[in-house]
Amino acid sequence: MSGQRCWIFGDNIDTDQIMPSQYLVLPMDEMLKHTLETQSESFAKQMEAGDFIVGGENFGCGSSREQAPLALKKLGVRAIIAKSFARIFFRNAINIGLLLIEIPSVEEFSEGDLLEVNVKEGLLKDATTSKNYNFFPPTGLVKDIFESGGLIQYLDNKK
Amino acid sequence: MGMTLVEKILARHSGEKKVEPGQFLTIDVDYCMANDATMRLNIDVVENTLKATKLWDPSKIVLVMDHQVPSDSVLTAQVHEMSKKFADKYGIAAYYNGEGICHQLMVEKYLLPGQIMVAADSHSPSMGALGAVGLGMGSTDVGATMVAGKTWVKVPQSVLVVLKGQLPQAVYAKDIILAMIGKTTAGGLIYKAVEFQGDAVSKFSVSERFTLCNMATEAGVKTAIVAPDEKVVDYLQKERGVSVPLESWMLSDSDAKFEQTIEIDLSKLTPQVACPHSVDNVCDVSKIAGLKIDQAFIGACTNARIDDLRIVAQVLKGNKVNPNVKMDITPASRTIYLQAIQEGLIEIFLEAGARINHPGCSTCWGACQGVLGPGQVLISTQNRNFRGRAGSKDSSVYLASPRTVAYSAIKGFVTDPREGI
Repeated sequence: MSGQRCWIFGDNIDTDQIMPSQYLVLPMDEMLKHTLETQSESFAKQMEAGDFIVGGENFGCGSSREQAPLALKKLGVRAIIAKSFARIFFRNAINIGLLLIEIPSVEEFSEGDLLEVNVKEGLLKDATTSKNYNFFPPTGLVKDIFESGGLIQYLDNKK
Repeated sequence: MGMTLVEKILARHSGEKKVEPGQFLTIDVDYCMANDATMRLNIDVVENTLKATKLWDPSKIVLVMDHQVPSDSVLTAQVHEMSKKFADKYGIAAYYNGEGICHQLMVEKYLLPGQIMVAADSHSPSMGALGAVGLGMGSTDVGATMVAGKTWVKVPQSVLVVLKGQLPQAVYAKDIILAMIGKTTAGGLIYKAVEFQGDAVSKFSVSERFTLCNMATEAGVKTAIVAPDEKVVDYLQKERGVSVPLESWMLSDSDAKFEQTIEIDLSKLTPQVACPHSVDNVCDVSKIAGLKIDQAFIGACTNARIDDLRIVAQVLKGNKVNPNVKMDITPASRTIYLQAIQEGLIEIFLEAGARINHPGCSTCWGACQGVLGPGQVLISTQNRNFRGRAGSKDSSVYLASPRTVAYSAIKGFVTDPREGI
């Protein structure tokens, strides 16, 4: 079976959970070891680049810290799938080129399911359950920013 | 069709006559603010990613060291030092270290009605207390704003919150906003602009409006506002010596479109508490009365202004903090701290056995001043009770008004503040 595993988290996963306050003064490499540690002791140690995160409602709420989406991107998270995203996190993720996918039926995913995504077609596949999910792929400016790898790279390319 | 106040402010900063929800705008901002919580990353964005040699307008950029002051570790000291060097290099005069919490300083020193602030902090909607728009963003957006003086926004849908009737005794603005979040849920107002209206609001001080707008953040809002009125004009005159006439456009049109209206009957409201580990896990204080606490905190941008401290002093005067409880009080700014000293409030706090911290984010940041250990329970006037927010991931935080926190500190357990009346 192809695809990479997903890690399931609940509703209202705030940015204090993704990167607790006390680690924000650390250099990025050190910070990464603490990603989501209040929610899962194994995530930062065992996740592999290309893995997916599945959240519920209001993923990324709370503090504006861009270190939260940045840590997930640096760890190589392929995409975050959730019912809804908090607004600052949503904007930060676009700016750094981290893929967010809104899907209402996130309860159908189980911890460890193998997922595959085709961004262009807006198609997410759960290889474990053989179910397919459609989502709105990024369009317009957001698509251009995403394909460039982030807002700054997008602006650089336009120079 | 008319426009809401937030729509009007966004329109005026984008050069558009009329704007509608969903529309994308490029706006000029009046102020850009950042603080020590994310300065390491902000500096990296400006210097290494954007490779900026100069900033938009250094007189409009404000840097506030408030999350970890005085520095509590070598790493924090380094962040403060690199922020000071950054300020000096780019000619930013407004660098503060120990002056108070960033949002409090922006209201005490900078923002005016109708203006826009972009800041690297989620509680930016606090600017609504003056009838201004505060927008919280991350480091890439804030770095770009520091360089360009502009940013993009999607015009949000507006939500009207009408506060009807008058508050009973021992019930405060904090209880109103806790009750509202209990109703809307933590993600219920994602990307909306909230406007508070009603007779009660027009009687509220700038400080009480600050509490409402500040904590509206926890419902997911993009911004929050109270239309400026004589209370704001008087505040600016008295506290800042600034004379600002009210302009006729500074309110929502009578035919403005609000996506939804939330009504809250204040006369029936009781003291509220948000229980661990979510801001929308709200109940009447009587439901958890008697729960043993280890620590009590009066502070944070939500509730640490002079009116809050006076309420606490009223409760603590002649009483002692329970021997099983550690009570920390952190005024929101140096100005407030000084006023509290002059009014004799600090003396009352010290005699009661409370500990006083220098102004800053303090316990609410969970990385300095009064951090919690595993299993400990905190009751606090702050705005967040996320898991681990004030220290250990195995600690618990309950959110309440200053009066509820002060009574609980004396008793040693969560206490209904109406008992003392």
